[in-house]
Amino acid sequence: MKLNVSRKLIAAAAGLMFAAAIPAAVVAEDTIKLGVVGPHSGDLASYGLPSVNAAKILTEQINAAGGINGKKIELLVEDTVCDAKTATDVATKLVSDGAQIVLGGICSGSTKAALPIYQNAGILVMSPSATNPALTQSGDYNNFFRTIAPDDAQAKLDVDFALDKLGYTKLAVVHDKGDYGKGFAEFAKKFLEESGRADVVLFEGVTPGAVDYSAIVQKIKKSGAEAVIFGGYHPEASKIVTMMKKKRLEADFISDDGVKDITFIKVAGKYAEGAYASGPMDTSSNPLSKDAVAAHKAEFGSDPGAFYENAYSAVLAMANAVEKAGSTDLDALKKVLQTEKVDTPVGAISFDEKGDAIGVGFSVYQVQDGVFIELK
Amino acid sequence: MDYFIELLFSGLSRGAIYALIALGYTMVYGIIGLINFAHGEIYMIGAFTSFIVATILTILGFPALAIIVLAGLAAVIWSASYGFTIEKIAYKPLRHAPRLSALISAIGMSMFLQNYVLLAQTSDFLPFPQLIPDFDFMEPIAHIVGSSDMIILVVTTVVMIGLTFLIKYTKIGKAMRATSQDRTMAMLVGINVDRIISVTFIIGSSLAAIGGMLVASHIGQINFYIGFIAGIKAFTAAVLGGIGSIPGAVLGSVVLGLTESFATGYVSSDYEDVFAFSLLVLILIFKPSGILGKVDTQKV
Repeated sequence: MKLNVSRKLIAAAAGLMFAAAIPAAVVAEDTIKLGVVGPHSGDLASYGLPSVNAAKILTEQINAAGGINGKKIELLVEDTVCDAKTATDVATKLVSDGAQIVLGGICSGSTKAALPIYQNAGILVMSPSATNPALTQSGDYNNFFRTIAPDDAQAKLDVDFALDKLGYTKLAVVHDKGDYGKGFAEFAKKFLEESGRADVVLFEGVTPGAVDYSAIVQKIKKSGAEAVIFGGYHPEASKIVTMMKKKRLEADFISDDGVKDITFIKVAGKYAEGAYASGPMDTSSNPLSKDAVAAHKAEFGSDPGAFYENAYSAVLAMANAVEKAGSTDLDALKKVLQTEKVDTPVGAISFDEKGDAIGVGFSVYQVQDGVFIELK
Repeated sequence: MDYFIELLFSGLSRGAIYALIALGYTMVYGIIGLINFAHGEIYMIGAFTSFIVATILTILGFPALAIIVLAGLAAVIWSASYGFTIEKIAYKPLRHAPRLSALISAIGMSMFLQNYVLLAQTSDFLPFPQLIPDFDFMEPIAHIVGSSDMIILVVTTVVMIGLTFLIKYTKIGKAMRATSQDRTMAMLVGINVDRIISVTFIIGSSLAAIGGMLVASHIGQINFYIGFIAGIKAFTAAVLGGIGSIPGAVLGSVVLGLTESFATGYVSSDYEDVFAFSLLVLILIFKPSGILGKVDTQKV
């Protein structure tokens, strides 16, 4: 009896598989499957969920308008928790589910781990937030694109700003020993040395959370630096900038988008005045950006979170590419992405041959009277 | 030479900050032989209490001196009651249990308090008001030592002298020393050991609260995690100086602060912790009880 049951089950399962296979093939004809991957749970969920919202809003809009070339978009949302192992499992699952284009991943590390799987399947992947320079610049992943500028672009901007706008020739580069901060600082040092116009008089890491940074500030003072380029986040930045002023050190402070946060101004108060920090270009005056934010408020009743506009732009760019290419073939998509400009909330963008967006970038901001002012 | 003096004072003020926390560690260890890992959290709670009180008083328009005194007083009372309660809840029931149990209980208490403040307050960094103004007479040397550094140095010195006096020359100090030497014997000669231990926790927590307020005002920001990081360094300093010894805690803190400062100044701040902990290892190899620690002779 037991045997009979299992035989029947196998037969039923086999039947189901056939039954499932035939409609799937038919469905694939009239939908475009968009995978959305990223951390949707865990402590990094706040970086991943806004992308899902962006994909949902645009999918509804596009499908309501008749889809792309008559095909509706079907979302396949998968959680990677920003973990490399999970991300590769998710990639395998999406490939077998027939995903044709993918929005994500969010974290550079897990994105890098999953990319080869998508690459072998010839699937286009576009990330709203993975900023690790090597993802595009290594040339290893011909299927990868992103709508955010890589970390080194920011270091380049800060270095150019210090050299060209401020005209400094002696700079100290300080970082917080973290992946992001140290990576940024190393790029800044490299660009400074390559420029041949400035000396890096100090390159050091500080210990995050230390009670007092006066020793490193004294060392910066002794080095004679005209400005400090700091790679890291706002808690250390506000401590260092406060200590610099308290020790009567008149050097400028230039930092990254980990510091371009309102908390930096709140915590450092009057000591933050005059500090420079780079951050994503201000897009709030762009009408598409206003529409995207308004759509999020209407749908979810709240302000969008991190990387929402980058994700929104990525979906727009991919949808445009699929429409113009008339298929989801990787080479055809790449050709459109590299040649056609698309209007998105982050500006009119196209992509270079490595996969970085042209037209998306950073601006330098300065703290003036307690707010970040974009320097044009 | 200027640079040397600048680094010297950087190291001294760092050492004084560690010392304010290390004194509490060393007192509790001296009396009951327990490393109170929740001490760093008491320091953090002191900082938060003074932050809340100072913010309210600033809104009400109190003068600066009144704000410092009242915020400090509130922090001391609040932190001391935390210290007292923690001892009653987490350590007293385990007094006759193996040492490891009390240690685990202390670590648990530390995590509990961190997460409690995280949930009850916020995970963000909060801007702490600058309670100690920049004095005009300090201006000529402000590039070497600031007003708040000076206050911290003075407070640490006063507290160390006061504590030494308390332990050496008062009745309660004598009872503390007796409890520390032999708890059972102290009980037999009529010392209320439970009360002595409570008093120790109250004094230690009050010091942490004052430290929390002064250091937070010096750094200008607080969050729920500050106690953990400062606590680890202060604990290292207490061990370095000889845990259980009051002057040892201060000496250990100053040595640690100076080592970090000179390592940053003359080598690289990347290696500041490497030098600090190498020094700890070296001292413990040649003098396992710390710089001023007593050597326990075991009788067979």
